[in-house]
Amino acid sequence: MMRALDKKLWRELWAMRMQALAIALVIVGGVSIFVMSMSTMDSLTETRASYYREHHFADVFASLKRAPISVARRIQEIPGVNKVETRVVTYINLDIPDFNEPVSGHLISLPDNSRGLLNQIFLNSGRLIESGRDDEIILSKEFAQAHKLQAGDKIKATINGRLKSLTVVGTGLSPEYIYQIAPGAMFPDFERYGVMWMARNPLASAYDMEGAFNNVTLTLSKGAHSQDVIDQLDDILKPYGGTGAYDRKDQLSNRFLSEELEQQKTTATVFPIIFFGVAAFLLNVVVSRLISLEREQIAVLKAFGYSNLAVGVHYSKLVLMIVLIGVLLGLAVGVWMGKGVSKIYMNSYSLPFILYELKPQIIVSAALISIVVAVSGTLFAVQKAVRLPPAQGMRPEQPTAFRPTIVERLGLQKRFSQPSRMILRHIERRPFKSFLTMLGISLACGTMMVGGFQKGAIDHMIDVQYNLSQREDLMAIFTEPTSNKSLYSLQGLQGIELAEGFRMVNARLQFEHRTYRTSVQGIEPDSQLMRLLDTDLNTIQVPKDGVIMTDYLAELLQIQPGDLLTIEVLEGNRPTFQVPVIGTAKQYLGVNVYLQRSTLNRLLKEGDAISGALLKVDELHQNQVYRKLKELPRIAGVVEQKSSIEGFYETMNETILFFTFINTLLGGSIAFGVVYNSMRIALSERSRELASLRILGFQRNEVAYILLGELALLTLVAIPIGFLIGNALCQYLIFEFATDLYRIPLVLGTHVYAFAALVVIVSSIISAMMIWRNLANLDMVAVLKAKE
Amino acid sequence: MSETRSNSTPSPHEPLNENVVFHIHGVTKTYQMGEVQVKALRGIDLDLYRGELTVLLGASGSGKSTLLNILGGLDTPTDGHVIYADQDLTHASESELTEYRRYHVGFVFQFYNLIPSLTARENVAVVTEIAKNPMTPEEALSLVGLGERLDHFPAQLSGGEQQRVAIARAIAKNPDVLLCDEPTGALDSKTGIMVLEALQQVNQKLGTTTAIITHNAGIAQMANRVIHITDGKISEITTNDTRLSPHELSW
Ligand SMILES: Nc1ncnc2c1ncn2[C@@H]1O[C@H](COP(=O)(O)OP(=O)(O)OP(=O)(O)O)[C@@H](O)[C@H]1O
Ligand SMILES: [Mg+2]
Repeated sequence: MMRALDKKLWRELWAMRMQALAIALVIVGGVSIFVMSMSTMDSLTETRASYYREHHFADVFASLKRAPISVARRIQEIPGVNKVETRVVTYINLDIPDFNEPVSGHLISLPDNSRGLLNQIFLNSGRLIESGRDDEIILSKEFAQAHKLQAGDKIKATINGRLKSLTVVGTGLSPEYIYQIAPGAMFPDFERYGVMWMARNPLASAYDMEGAFNNVTLTLSKGAHSQDVIDQLDDILKPYGGTGAYDRKDQLSNRFLSEELEQQKTTATVFPIIFFGVAAFLLNVVVSRLISLEREQIAVLKAFGYSNLAVGVHYSKLVLMIVLIGVLLGLAVGVWMGKGVSKIYMNSYSLPFILYELKPQIIVSAALISIVVAVSGTLFAVQKAVRLPPAQGMRPEQPTAFRPTIVERLGLQKRFSQPSRMILRHIERRPFKSFLTMLGISLACGTMMVGGFQKGAIDHMIDVQYNLSQREDLMAIFTEPTSNKSLYSLQGLQGIELAEGFRMVNARLQFEHRTYRTSVQGIEPDSQLMRLLDTDLNTIQVPKDGVIMTDYLAELLQIQPGDLLTIEVLEGNRPTFQVPVIGTAKQYLGVNVYLQRSTLNRLLKEGDAISGALLKVDELHQNQVYRKLKELPRIAGVVEQKSSIEGFYETMNETILFFTFINTLLGGSIAFGVVYNSMRIALSERSRELASLRILGFQRNEVAYILLGELALLTLVAIPIGFLIGNALCQYLIFEFATDLYRIPLVLGTHVYAFAALVVIVSSIISAMMIWRNLANLDMVAVLKAKE
Repeated sequence: MSETRSNSTPSPHEPLNENVVFHIHGVTKTYQMGEVQVKALRGIDLDLYRGELTVLLGASGSGKSTLLNILGGLDTPTDGHVIYADQDLTHASESELTEYRRYHVGFVFQFYNLIPSLTARENVAVVTEIAKNPMTPEEALSLVGLGERLDHFPAQLSGGEQQRVAIARAIAKNPDVLLCDEPTGALDSKTGIMVLEALQQVNQKLGTTTAIITHNAGIAQMANRVIHITDGKISEITTNDTRLSPHELSW
């Protein structure tokens, strides 16, 4: 049988169900974001780990120019090396039926009838390449899907200058390309770039790699030190044009995934902190009020021999019931969102499967955090009940002392009506509580802004990167450094309005003990198509005898203008030289070092060489240009990043909508939770006063003005403060999310502010409408009857 | 009809007469209100006997409630001794006082102080659930004539009915002492008499030592003894040779 005291609990909970629900919703927000982020993180970590394990993802990766296969034996003998696989890897241009834009493929050799030794592919459909077949190709699943290609279809490829017809025999995925992006890109673009696999023989013969390789990956044996292996591997490959081996943690696809996981971690901390903070505040307000209403009941319970502990437990149970509702709902919503996010990951990452995992520890921590927060939020209130001496409880609480507000002390009262003065006095009497209420509403507003800012930020990023900075329509990359004169032949093509050469080498940068691997770009000083920008987006001239580097890189290396940067070129005869840093440039994607092309040529001790060309193309002749470029043997690939990103971004819309939707719900839940509860408390505290006013002949709307006016005033003050909080929050997230891969700019459009304010105001109006109903039931008779 | 006698009680160290339930000696209570000291009790010496019904009379602010609260273990004296049976309440700890209240004392308050979210039956059950040898809530409620209104919430009961629920709640644990602070203060004479009858019945049937605070001098005639309190002191104790039953009282 249920104890009488527990019945009291249930009935009181039922009586305050809307308030409890409003608080529970805020807890739902905190728990669900926590569960979503943590479970996504775990799922992704687990999925990645098992994918890597089952498909023998390599530990160390290296590219080189060309080495005889015998070198593999020496690599195998490096202490700490477990398995070694050599490959032939190249970029090709593809001709896809009904698709006119340039498409490049990252082509990797595969042993006959095999998924490879390391980085084994996951065969999604079709079959492996049969031995002896030199015209069979396996496409990455996403690429095949983007072009609706399947086993049996034929595509054409320019392999080392020769057009070849290939038959698609299967589609697959690889642990090496979970994040499948073209070099230098930020987003995947499965229409224009794809990973694909071919038999080694035809590839080797096309590129003069028979009995040789230009790419090697290896796994380490247990306990081996990767840096030692990398150093030795670099030594071995140096004479063969090795460009520097790197670790799994620097492997691009793996890095993107790791960054994503880090971001989930940030999300799993920042947002729950906000939500739990607000929930603690609301619980405090509501429970304090309840306890002060029940002073006499508490005293009676104690008079009849209930211990202080029993009273404390009683009110704690009430708090825990609300928390329990919040946690259970939050878990459900969190799992739902987690699955949603995992599905989004399945789409934007190439994973053969995703193991959605909700670890029991996460459920336990979500519950524990909620309980700890709730208990600490209500500790003081409950303690007040615990400490209340039973004899005291029978005496009414002392009426609170009011005094004239600042406004009145300043002599401005004539400007305010009597009801307005009541509002001001009420706010001033409890400045701290009013402040917290306002802060709660501000947090709702700020949280809302986080959901809205990403779209605007990415728009801005694309605009700056591809309209102001990289202004080319196409970038053609040569198979090898070529004389600047080859630009003339490009310029001669119909439809090409402008062609500018650039030189690019891979290099290791060093300043003091900090190093970073990236590409060094030699560009034309008066380049029309590649402009470096300062913070105000003005063009920076590339200096004659120094480098400009991405601002983020300067931070990473902790290098300042005036310092000498050491550049160790990882190609050719690998010269090392030192150049002064002249300045930094604002860039959102990647990190680079820029100098004048002629300077770079001189430092490399080479002639007037370029690695590729930036092209401005007349839109009318675009298709023609694509076709011509494909036919040029020296061109390894053509990149058109702007449309890739726009294309990808369009497909992201649904994802962004999903997050905006969730964010609106969450921000709305805070706003509603804070406003509704504050109104209910105000109503409860002042029902006697308001009912008396009604008796004196005030209309319902006049009474409502006194009650709701206070909240309206707080809401109006809260919104601009919320803007500041939202701004700070976005800045913090941007700071946390910044990596050398990309930095999201802080761009908050008017619509971001407007939307956040709108959600807060609508939540307030909904709360006010619910309170309006309660005001109708204000009990005037009770006021006349009751003691006090 | 009543006889005044001098107010003499044994010193705290004398063994208690086995009929003495409360032995009070030199009790003072001072409240500190900011800088002002309020002397609510200024030296009370009093014995209460097993099974007797006493009425405490006195002006508003004279210290009646303060004394009753100290007897009930709701409060402790600033000075002096309060001994219940063999237990010294003066220096009892918080948990000893709680236990004392739980097993020995029943309270009736002026404003009923029922728990609004619980029915009559449940309001009584709150107490019986933690008592040692209680009646059932139903028994207690029928003792006060409310056997029919078990499942009504306080808001659905009249003031007199609520007060009778409060009495049922106070007697349901079969307490050794019943302390009532103006149990009829908020009631009209007819309902007041019903409530007092309930109290007298409990006192006579169960032999519960009962103390009733009232402003109403008429009620004093149902008591064994009447204790007059003036300004924090006992000014007079009178003993009724003949007690009136509540319906005979002149209100
Ligand atoms: N908690 C307290 N703090 C300060 N002063 C108190 C407190 N409780 C009682 N007093 C003061 O002690 C004095 C005695 O109070 P008490 O409640 O015992 O009077 P009473 O005889 O019960 O009066 P009434 O008939 O009005 O109930 C009063 O002056 C009262 O103001
Ligand atoms: Mg009193």
